Amino acid sequence: MSLFKDAGHLFRFAFLFVVAFFVFLVVRHFVVPKTFGEYGHYRAAAIGEIAAHPIHFAGHETCETCHADILDVKKAGKHAGVNCEACHGPLANHANDPSIAPPKLDTAVLCIRCHAVSAAKPKGFPQIDPAQHSGGVPCETCHQPHSPAIQTGGAK
Amino acid sequence: MSGVEGYMYPNEITLYWSVLIVLYPYITGLVAGAFILASLVRIFNVKAVAPTYRLALLTALAFLIVAPLPLMFHLGHPERSPEMYFTPHATSAMAMFGYVYMWYLMAVLVFEIWLDYRRDIVHLSQSTTGLKRLLYRVMTLGSDNVSPHALAIDHKVGWIVTLVGIPSAFILHGYVGFIFGSLKSNPWWNSPLMPVVFIFSAMVSGIAAVLLIYMFTAKMRKMPIDMPCVDTTAMYLFYIFILDFSLEMLDLIHRVYEADESFRTLNFMVHTKLYFSQIVLQICIGTLVPLLLLAIVQVTNLPAIIRKRIYVISGCLVQVAVFSMRWNVVIGGQLFSKSFLGYTTYKMALVTKEGLLMAIFLTLLPLAILWVLLKLLPPWPDKELAYIEAAAAPTT
Ligand code: HEC
Ligand code: HEC
Ligand code: HEC
Ligand code: HEC
Repeated sequence: MSLFKDAGHLFRFAFLFVVAFFVFLVVRHFVVPKTFGEYGHYRAAAIGEIAAHPIHFAGHETCETCHADILDVKKAGKHAGVNCEACHGPLANHANDPSIAPPKLDTAVLCIRCHAVSAAKPKGFPQIDPAQHSGGVPCETCHQPHSPAIQTGGAK
Repeated sequence: MSGVEGYMYPNEITLYWSVLIVLYPYITGLVAGAFILASLVRIFNVKAVAPTYRLALLTALAFLIVAPLPLMFHLGHPERSPEMYFTPHATSAMAMFGYVYMWYLMAVLVFEIWLDYRRDIVHLSQSTTGLKRLLYRVMTLGSDNVSPHALAIDHKVGWIVTLVGIPSAFILHGYVGFIFGSLKSNPWWNSPLMPVVFIFSAMVSGIAAVLLIYMFTAKMRKMPIDMPCVDTTAMYLFYIFILDFSLEMLDLIHRVYEADESFRTLNFMVHTKLYFSQIVLQICIGTLVPLLLLAIVQVTNLPAIIRKRIYVISGCLVQVAVFSMRWNVVIGGQLFSKSFLGYTTYKMALVTKEGLLMAIFLTLLPLAILWVLLKLLPPWPDKELAYIEAAAAPTT
């Protein structure tokens, strides 16, 4: 009895802890999103929200249904493995409605995005120093974007 | 690229862990160290250092309150930090640390300080007036039972809290070392000795800090410095410092002998970019000089005034050593490329969110908090508080 009385202040302190813990639980209940943890350590509803974003990329298969001619050229060249929209940018709206014209590309900017020399790129990858190589002349003056290799001996 | 020599991967050129990340382990280290000093009194019964007991606890509290701030300024978005508590991930060392931090703050430090001060708080709540009285009344939690039996219970419970507090302090600071030591991608950090070295250097810095604060506050209050107390504290500082230094040397020798593929790069780094902060500041000025000074005190019989000077100098040098140790770990680990072919430079900003001014502010902030705590809960020995007891006597 006297132990209980003389330890009373300890119970008060412990009570504070319990209260704090309950406040924590209540706050947690309100701030943690309802669908958190449904599938994993994230908000499950985020999947739906992300899926609802408008689609920007159509995918190269879609382009190829209408631009089969380009595909034939590209397939034969060095850019066979490069997707249409890697160069042309996202064009889903154009694929849905071809009357929306895709923006014109500036090859002087576009091509060096991939081909500028950098020590971090694998040695086998074709790289050029644009200033030395063409001195600002647009690349398509000499290279055909869809089949860029210049046949040695062929017309420039 | 400015500041880059040789080859760096693009993502390595800028250092992301700035001076604030250096400050963070330094501050948590002071907390753990100060607490270990307090536990010397409580658990290991080292009576001589008793005058520093309460001061050590308050120092630990002041620094612990500030400890998460460097991280918050570094990361930005402080409003997101509670999410670490609400939705913790078991594989996140940071999230687990959040709980250790909370536990250590509330269940260990605040609880122990409260238990130890309860008698004073009750007296103060009766002898003060106005707002202060209200504050102290709240701190009593409405119980003014300071009967001998109640205080005896407090004493026992306090002992248990300290006992639990020692491993908690080790975990609190060991975690910081663990974060670095467990990073297998970085050879400068990856070492199982890292948490141990961090803990020992933490003890060294914390004990030295309390020693300095004790001597400084005594001077400010024009009170005599308790020489047996500072002598004993310095003796523990000396021994733990030797342990700490041996461990760091063990780590070094191990790296040199192992000489794995990273060795040439790291060795070069230590001899160039880290030469000043590691060899000169950390090892020579910060470690060997104070070790020598403290050793001289141990074996000779110097007059008190010289001893005091030596303690102040060593205490300051120890802070330099431990801070530069944190610096060398955090900054050093980001100066070299994972390709082992290049080095970058750390340029500290001045007035940015993570700049020098912020670092200085965050170093001074705990001292300001400590000043408030000292006003609120005077830790000075009982005889100096006699007037409070006298004032409270008629009511109890
Ligand atoms: C439904 C069929 C269709 C699909 C799918 C389609 N396009 Fe088109 N595209 C057209 C038509 C029609 C034109 C305009 C005809 C023209 O001027 O040659 C056009 C024009 C273009 C032009 C501009 C030609 C110029 O002269 O300026 C580009 C570039 C283009 N498409 C790229 C793409 C890409 C990339 C995709 C895949 C994301 C794609 N298109 C998908 C039908 C389609
Ligand atoms: C390496 C980058 C690159 C790739 C990959 C690429 N293009 Fe092009 N494309 C260009 C450039 C550059 C132009 C000429 C600039 C302009 O007119 O905007 C162009 C022009 C076009 C044109 C209009 C001119 C023409 O030649 O008829 C169409 C249509 C077109 N591309 C469709 C496609 C389709 C479909 C694909 C995928 C099968 C594709 N492109 C892949 C860079 C590329
Ligand atoms: C999205 C990245 C990308 C862009 C943009 C791009 N290319 Fe390429 N390019 C490649 C890849 C990938 C290859 C194939 C490399 C290989 O064969 O290993 C290639 C190959 C080439 C080659 C053949 C080199 C050889 O081996 O002979 C030339 C020439 C070339 N590109 C020119 C261009 C030009 C001109 C442009 C601008 C119209 C351009 N590239 C835009 C990725 C790109
Ligand atoms: C004046 C004409 C001309 C212009 C403009 C030009 N090139 Fe070339 N480029 C060439 C010739 C010629 C070759 C060598 C042909 C070959 O060996 O197949 C070549 C080769 C290349 C290669 C292959 C290099 C290698 O190592 O295999 C790449 C990549 C390339 N050019 C990219 C570009 C880019 C990108 C631009 C635009 C910035 C550009 N070129 C502008 C003429 C030109």
